[in-house]
Amino acid sequence: MRTDLARWQFAFTSINHFLFVPVTIGLAVLTALLQTAWYRRKQPEYLRLTRFFGTLLTINVAIGVVTGLVQEFEFGMNWSSYSRLVGNIFGAPLAMEGLAAFFLESTFLGLWLFGWDKLSRRVHLATIWLVAFGSVLSAAFIMAANSWMQHPVGYVRNPVTHAPELNDIWALFTNPVFVWSYAKVVLAALVTGAAVMLAVSAWQLRRGGDRAVFGRSARLALVVLVPAILLAMLVGDELGVIEAKYQPMKIAAAEAQWTTCQPCSFSLIQIGGGNNDHTPTQLLSIPHLLSLLATNHWNGKVIGMSPLQAQYAARYGAGNYVPDVFIQYWGMRVMAYLAVVVVLVGLWGLWLNRRRKLATSRRFLWVATWMVILPFLINTAGWLLTESGRQPWIVQGIMLTKNGLSPSVSATELWISVIVFVLLYGTLGTVDLLLMLRYSRKELGPAPPGSDTDTDKPVPAMLY
Amino acid sequence: MAFVPLWFILITILWTGFFVLEGFDLGVGMLHAAVGKDETGRRAVINTIGPLWDGNEVWLVVAGAAIFAAFPGWYATLFSGFYLAFVLLLVALILRGVSFEYRGKNPERRWRQTWSALLVVASLLVPLVIGIALGNLLSGTPINSHQEYAGSFWDLFRPYPILAGVTLVAICLMHGGTFIAMKTDGAVRVRAGRVARRMAPVTALLVLAFISWTHVQAGGGAFLNPVELLACIAVIAAGFLAWDRREGWAFAATALTIAISVVAVFVDLYPRVMVSSINPAYDLTVHNTASPPYTLKVMTVVALVLLPIVLGYQAWSYYVFRKRITGETFRPQPTRTAAPVPVPTTPGPATTGPGAQHRRGWGLPGGWRRPRGPRR
Repeated sequence: MRTDLARWQFAFTSINHFLFVPVTIGLAVLTALLQTAWYRRKQPEYLRLTRFFGTLLTINVAIGVVTGLVQEFEFGMNWSSYSRLVGNIFGAPLAMEGLAAFFLESTFLGLWLFGWDKLSRRVHLATIWLVAFGSVLSAAFIMAANSWMQHPVGYVRNPVTHAPELNDIWALFTNPVFVWSYAKVVLAALVTGAAVMLAVSAWQLRRGGDRAVFGRSARLALVVLVPAILLAMLVGDELGVIEAKYQPMKIAAAEAQWTTCQPCSFSLIQIGGGNNDHTPTQLLSIPHLLSLLATNHWNGKVIGMSPLQAQYAARYGAGNYVPDVFIQYWGMRVMAYLAVVVVLVGLWGLWLNRRRKLATSRRFLWVATWMVILPFLINTAGWLLTESGRQPWIVQGIMLTKNGLSPSVSATELWISVIVFVLLYGTLGTVDLLLMLRYSRKELGPAPPGSDTDTDKPVPAMLY
Repeated sequence: MAFVPLWFILITILWTGFFVLEGFDLGVGMLHAAVGKDETGRRAVINTIGPLWDGNEVWLVVAGAAIFAAFPGWYATLFSGFYLAFVLLLVALILRGVSFEYRGKNPERRWRQTWSALLVVASLLVPLVIGIALGNLLSGTPINSHQEYAGSFWDLFRPYPILAGVTLVAICLMHGGTFIAMKTDGAVRVRAGRVARRMAPVTALLVLAFISWTHVQAGGGAFLNPVELLACIAVIAAGFLAWDRREGWAFAATALTIAISVVAVFVDLYPRVMVSSINPAYDLTVHNTASPPYTLKVMTVVALVLLPIVLGYQAWSYYVFRKRITGETFRPQPTRTAAPVPVPTTPGPATTGPGAQHRRGWGLPGGWRRPRGPRR
C-alpha cells in the first residue's frame, strides 16, 4: 500500500515535471537561435519573435523550477531508505546539477529577462545562450543519476556494511546508458520545443498572423524538428540495444516476449500478452525486426521473460522480477508509432516549405497545430517505459523499490501529500496551460519603431 | 578525516547564503502588498527582486542537494521525519514561485489580488517552516537507534523551534524592508524605511531571546560565544542604522544579522546535525551520517571550483541591476479594471516635501551610494 502510494506520487510528480522541462530546454535553445538570427541579420521580425517566444519560455520556466524542487525533496521524503543507502552516489550528480546548471540557468534567465536595456546586444545574446546551456547541462546531471539506477557503475561494496560506495565518478558520466539516454532526452526536448513553436506559429498563421514573422518561426521549428526526431529515433534504437544488454527484462517486457526467440519478429500489434497471459495473439508482425532492434543483428537472440525470471530468482532469491508488461508493450508502441507520425508531418512541412506553401496550406497548419500534443505523449510513454521497466528494482540489482521506502512515513501522510500534490499540480497545470494559450494567441507586439537596434523599452509582459 | 568538517562548513555557508539572499526576497514577498500599496507600487516592489529571486532560491536547492550528497543519513532522516512540514514548505515554495511569474500576466484586478495574497502568505510560511525545522535540529526530536524519526508532525511545534521560526520571519521582514528602501524611490521607499524602523525593536528583542535560548539549548556556559554575541550586535546595529536612514548600511546589517543567526545555530549544533531527544547516543552527527571519503573528495573539488564562479556571476547580476526602481517603468501598463494610479515618484504626504534633506550616503559601492531617505 505505502509502496504503491509513493510510486504513484513519484510517477505523477515526475511525469508532470517532464511536461514542462522539455518545453523549457527546447524553447530556450530555439529562442537563443531566434535572437542570434536577429543579432546577425538585424531583421526586426526576429526580435519580435524572440520576445514572443521568450514570454512563453518564462511562463514555463517558473513551473518547471518549482516542480523540480518537489522531485529533489521527494527522494528524502518518500524514499529515505534509498537515499540513505545510495545518497553518496546518487546525491553527487544532483548536487553538481545545482551548482553547475541551476545557478547558471536561473541567474542568466534573470539577466536576459530584465537586461534588455541594461546589457549590450552581444552580452545580452550571450545570456540567453547561457540559459539554454544551463538547461541542457542540468539534464546531463539528472540523467547521469537516473542512468546509474538503470545500470549501476563506478561503485564498490563496503566490506563491512555491504553498502554501495562511489569509487569512480567518471564512470557515471561514461556509462553507456547515460550517454545514449542523455542524447535522447536532449533531442526529445528539441522536438518538444520545436513542436510547440511550430504549433503556435501555425495557429497564428491560420488566424491571419504576420506571414513575414510567423512563416520564419514555422520554418525554424521545422528545420529543428525533423532532424531532431530522426536522430532521436536512431538514438532510441541504439539505447534499446544497450538496455537489452544491461536490462534484458525491460526489453523482453517491452516486446511481451515470454519465451526466448532467435530470430525474433517485431510485434506491431497484438491481443493479450500481459502478466497473466503468456501466449498473445499476434495480429501483425515483422520478421527479424526485433532481433535487429534489440541486438543490431539480423538473427540476434532475445531472451524471454520466463527464463529471465528463473535466472533472477536463482540469483537474487524468490520474488517476481517481471515488470508490468502492458505498460512496457504499449509504452514502446505509443512512443514509436507517434514518433513516426511526427516525422511524416515534419516531412510534409518541409516539402511545403520547398514549394513556398508553408504559410498558406490550411490543412497543414491545422495538423501542425494539433500535433503539439504528440511530443508530450511520446515523452510520457518513454519515461513510463524506462522507469516502469526497471521495476521491481529501484536500483537495478542493488535495491528493490519496496525496500527504498521511508520507514517513518505513514500511509496517512502519503495520502495527504498525494492529494495535496494532485490538487496543486492540477490547478497550476491548468493555469499554466491557459496562460500559454492566452500568450500564444496574443497578437504580436508592434514592430519596434525606428531602427532594428531599438531595445530600450522592455516588453511589459516580460516584467513581473 | 578533514573532509567531514569541511562539508559541514560548506553546508553552513550554503544555508547562510540562502538566508541572506532569499531572506530579503521573502521579506519583499511578505511586504509587497502593504509597502507597494497600489498596483504601480506593488509592481515596483516585486521588480526589485524580479531578476534575482530565482537565482537566490537555487541556494536552497543546492543546500538540500549538498546534504543529500555529503550527509545522506541526515538528508534521509530530516526529509522523511519532518514529512508534513516539508509538504507545507513545498506548497509554499511552489505558490511563491508561480505567483511572481503569473501575477503580472493578466491585468484583471481579481487575478492580481489573488496572486498577491498567495505571495504574502507563502513568503511568510517559508521562513516560518524552515525556522521551525532548524530549531528542531538543535532542540532535539525523537530519533531512535536506527536513525529514524519516531515522532509525529505535532512534535515539531515546541516553544524553542516556534521561536526560531518567528524570529526568522521577523528578520526576513526587516531585511526585506531595508532592501526595498535601498532599491526603490519615492513613497515606496519611505514606507519601506518605516517598516524597517518599526520592525527594528521587535526583531532585536526576538533575536536576543532566540540567541540566548539557542545558547541554553546548546548547553553553553555563562557567556555567549563570539558568534552569538556578534548576532546580538548585528541586530542592534541594524536597528540604529535603520533609524538613522542609512539604507545601504542598514541592509548590510540586516544581512549580517540573518547570516550570523543561522551560523550560530550551526555552530552550536556541531558536530551533531540532528539531536535525539530519546538518547544522546542516537544523535545524528557529521560522522555517523557522512558519505564515504571518495564522494566528499569529489564534491569538494566540484564545490571549490564552481562556488567562486557562481558567486562571481551572481555578484555581476546584482551589479547590473544595481539601480533603484521607480514606478515610472510600470506606468504605461494598460489595465482594464483599474486605471493606473499616478506614480509616487515625488515625495508623498509622508515626507516633508521637496525640502527634505538629502545628505550624501556613504559606504556601499555603485548605485547604492545614494542620498539617504527623506526624513518624515
